[in-house]
Amino acid sequence: MFLIPDPIGKFFHRMASPPHFYALTEKLMPWLTVFFLLLLLPGLYGGLVLAPPDYQQGDSYRIIYIHVPSAWMSLFIYVVMATAGAIGLIWRIKLAEIVAISSAPIGASFTFIALVTGSLWGKPMWGTWWVWDARLTSELILLFLYLGVIGLYGAIDDKRTASKAVAILALVGVVNIPIIHYSVEWWNTLHQGPTVTKMDKPSIHISMLVPLLLMAGAFKLYYVIAMLQRARLELLQRERNAQWVKAMLGKRA
Amino acid sequence: MKPARRQRLILIALMVIGVAGAVGFALKSFNDNLMYFFSTTDVVEGKAPQDNLFRLGGMVVKGSVERPNKGMMVRFKLSDYSKEVTVEYSGILPDLFREGQGIVANGKLDGRGVFVAEEVLAKHDENYMPPEVKASLKGPVEGK
Repeated sequence: MFLIPDPIGKFFHRMASPPHFYALTEKLMPWLTVFFLLLLLPGLYGGLVLAPPDYQQGDSYRIIYIHVPSAWMSLFIYVVMATAGAIGLIWRIKLAEIVAISSAPIGASFTFIALVTGSLWGKPMWGTWWVWDARLTSELILLFLYLGVIGLYGAIDDKRTASKAVAILALVGVVNIPIIHYSVEWWNTLHQGPTVTKMDKPSIHISMLVPLLLMAGAFKLYYVIAMLQRARLELLQRERNAQWVKAMLGKRA
Repeated sequence: MKPARRQRLILIALMVIGVAGAVGFALKSFNDNLMYFFSTTDVVEGKAPQDNLFRLGGMVVKGSVERPNKGMMVRFKLSDYSKEVTVEYSGILPDLFREGQGIVANGKLDGRGVFVAEEVLAKHDENYMPPEVKASLKGPVEGK
């Protein structure tokens, strides 16, 4: 096999079988929830109570614990969505299509949260709710890309065709992801440069960084939980006439 | 990998590369328009517009902030560590406005080469640390 060795390919094909996926995610769900809470609660407590105030911004900087993880997630989910879309296009794996479309509303929500919290943060610190600098504008375009993906999927009745159209739109939009990340380095922007994701060591004190990373982990797990729940529902809707769904429902009834 | 799949993979790769190339060229040609502000060096070298509103960014030079008429009008110097431009502004400054901090001002040049700002926005840096740490960092630097 070209690019991907055979055993891994087989593993993915087994994972991608709908009944197997449905049963596995049901078992995983409580564990994911436990890990999510184990990261979220210390993250929130550390960020809102334990972390010291900032030397410039006082306590206002604490919105970073929502703003930055949401912004990271908005980029991360888009990459997952586009990758899943590409896998769906190339290998015609139904589950990849479902993962792609199930990610879109969650990614849109995180983008929206990043924009709103950024705006709330900008007013007291910069003195303005919104400026059309490269970082803010490219993040707004990301929100429109997500909304476009959701809208396009809803507009086409045949869901396999819809998934192909959506995957192409998502792949075209991928070019925006490096633009968002590097916008603060390529151009003069009002938004400051990267704090954590740079080659040097992060320019944030360790007592503030630890809760931030905990929150980032919690947000990732939240995404996995929400995406899997949506994917399970989408799977049932698409496979409502399949044998395994009928068998499962018969067993439960 | 089956030929059909390989073909689709190559097609998708070409599409992504093509779009990236097109967007890359577009951004490159609009590079100047995407800059949110001009630097003080641009202004001194005459690259900034003479009669139009534009945004000017830089660091507020330490010790340069003064209120000449004891009123709302503030005068200070902006610098990008090479050239300096004098800025005048009447209005309320944002919380983070202080000497040594970065700001972005919107306004235009008057005949004297002074930048008259209509709006001043603070640009905060990417450093986050507790006040004690800042104090201990500052000490040795200022002591030398």
